[in-house]
Amino acid sequence: MTAIETKHLRKVFGEKTAVEDLTLSVERGEVFGFLGPNGAGKTTSVKILLDLTRPTSGEGYLFGMRLSDPAARRRVGFLPEHFRFHDWLTAEEFLALHADLYGMERAQARRRTGELLELVNLAPHAQKRLRTFSKGMLQRIGLAQALLNEPELVFLDEPTSGLDPVGRRLVRDIIRDLRSRNTTVFLNSHLLSEVEITCDRVAFIKQGKVLRTSALQDLVEGELSVTIRGRGLTQEISAELNRWGSNVRLDGEHLHLTVQGEVDLPDINRYLVSQGVDVYELSPQRVSLEDLFIQIVGTDGGL
Amino acid sequence: MNTLVIARLTFKEAARRKILLAALVLGIVFLIVFDLGFHLILNEMERSQYGPNILQKNEISGFLYTAGLYVVNFLTVMMTVLTSVDTLSGEIQSGTIHTLLAKPVRRWEIVGGKWLGFAGMISLYLLMMAGGITLFIYLRSDYVLSAFARNPFLAMGLIWLNALLMLSISLFGGTFLSTLANGVLVFGLFGVAFIGGWIEQIGGFFPEFNARLSATNIGILTSLLMPSEALWKRAAYEVQSPLTGALGFSPFFSSTIPSPLMIVYASLYLVVILFFAVYLFKRRDL
Repeated sequence: MTAIETKHLRKVFGEKTAVEDLTLSVERGEVFGFLGPNGAGKTTSVKILLDLTRPTSGEGYLFGMRLSDPAARRRVGFLPEHFRFHDWLTAEEFLALHADLYGMERAQARRRTGELLELVNLAPHAQKRLRTFSKGMLQRIGLAQALLNEPELVFLDEPTSGLDPVGRRLVRDIIRDLRSRNTTVFLNSHLLSEVEITCDRVAFIKQGKVLRTSALQDLVEGELSVTIRGRGLTQEISAELNRWGSNVRLDGEHLHLTVQGEVDLPDINRYLVSQGVDVYELSPQRVSLEDLFIQIVGTDGGL
Repeated sequence: MNTLVIARLTFKEAARRKILLAALVLGIVFLIVFDLGFHLILNEMERSQYGPNILQKNEISGFLYTAGLYVVNFLTVMMTVLTSVDTLSGEIQSGTIHTLLAKPVRRWEIVGGKWLGFAGMISLYLLMMAGGITLFIYLRSDYVLSAFARNPFLAMGLIWLNALLMLSISLFGGTFLSTLANGVLVFGLFGVAFIGGWIEQIGGFFPEFNARLSATNIGILTSLLMPSEALWKRAAYEVQSPLTGALGFSPFFSSTIPSPLMIVYASLYLVVILFFAVYLFKRRDL
């Protein structure tokens, strides 16, 4: 059974289309990265999945249950982007409140509260009010809140944006730990280095549309960005290279293209030589997620 | 279950933000001032050369009792609106609502829980304030239970209903308005009902029938729009002595008495507006 399944979810706010077409399928136990520039509709998408915002059309399911079914959220944890909480509560009271809302037993709630305060290094601050917390502390208590019910699916909306390097490492460790327990993680982020380290699969979203979904492994390890330097390169020759790769760009003596793997490189070289090109350099490079992001989403970025 | 969790949270918030403390302290000050003043006035009357005149004593007791309840009614309305006007719109605006609703919670449970929490708080406040002055008047003058006051318990019940009505409207507005706009809505309605009630009251003295009729119609219309003033007038009627009513010279004593039907209408109004609060909150994008 899939953890998240959506079909053509669409959300229009008045004149503005926030989400154009969200069609996703996230398997159980995978760490799923949701990438896109600011304003691409990432947060709106998460809100739709949590039934905070109602889609204009389309349908979606969590564990096969309709998004509007509160029972689906019994197995879900959520860390919102701006982590605003009832700041007049103490850390312990805050966790107790949310344990109540999950309908957890008293004893279980108390045990989890203790464990989680320990996990996010806030145990010494259990009796302090959230009002006195720093941004990073708030994010950590928010994270604890999202894990209270030992969820099968966790939504993390920009979980590391307010954290220092120590906090980021903590989030990474937690994500890794969740994966080892076969928990699905839906990670909404524009910090690509984070995603590169933690995610199994990513979706790129732009202007409310999923442009591409792919396993991170295939994305980053499969594709190569190749730079060729040679004399005698022509437009015809570069057009012919589309056979092996994509994004072919001729720039004087330099030619750039993206290929799916190393196997094509000798063929490309043979072809160039056969066309009378003097090849001085043919250098393949692994594509970083950042390159990919720019490639897929474009440089115009957030709108 | 979740409703009770939210109700408890609402109560706790009021306590944490020292709203309960402020209400308690100022409530006690109010009761002391009222009781002391009432005691001194009756003392003075009893000492005067004419001796205690049962009619006069009742007249003064009735007046002060109604004045006291008027203030209690006003303070309860204020307290109700000021504490609840921000509760939904504020949580929506700040985003604290996201964490609550990402749980297996239904939206009506949030509205219901908040309503219950505030209703509990208001009830305690009203019990302390109205109960305080009623008890003192009873102990000092036995006005309350004499044949002069019609039904002080019904009067308190009406003030309570009025507060719950204001609470429901305030929650209703909070589902789609900003905090400030909601405040303008709730107090605006209250103001319209208030002035409509007074126009009706003054119009009652017009000698010409048509003028009297228009004034009455304005009063009825504003009462239908917002029954708070009508509820108060009925409450005032329930604590006045029939004699004062017949003389009709006190500002608290109305020339036109809202009928019991108005109470039914106000109760329905409350239920309907609460229904719409839930309906709108359910549809709202957060």
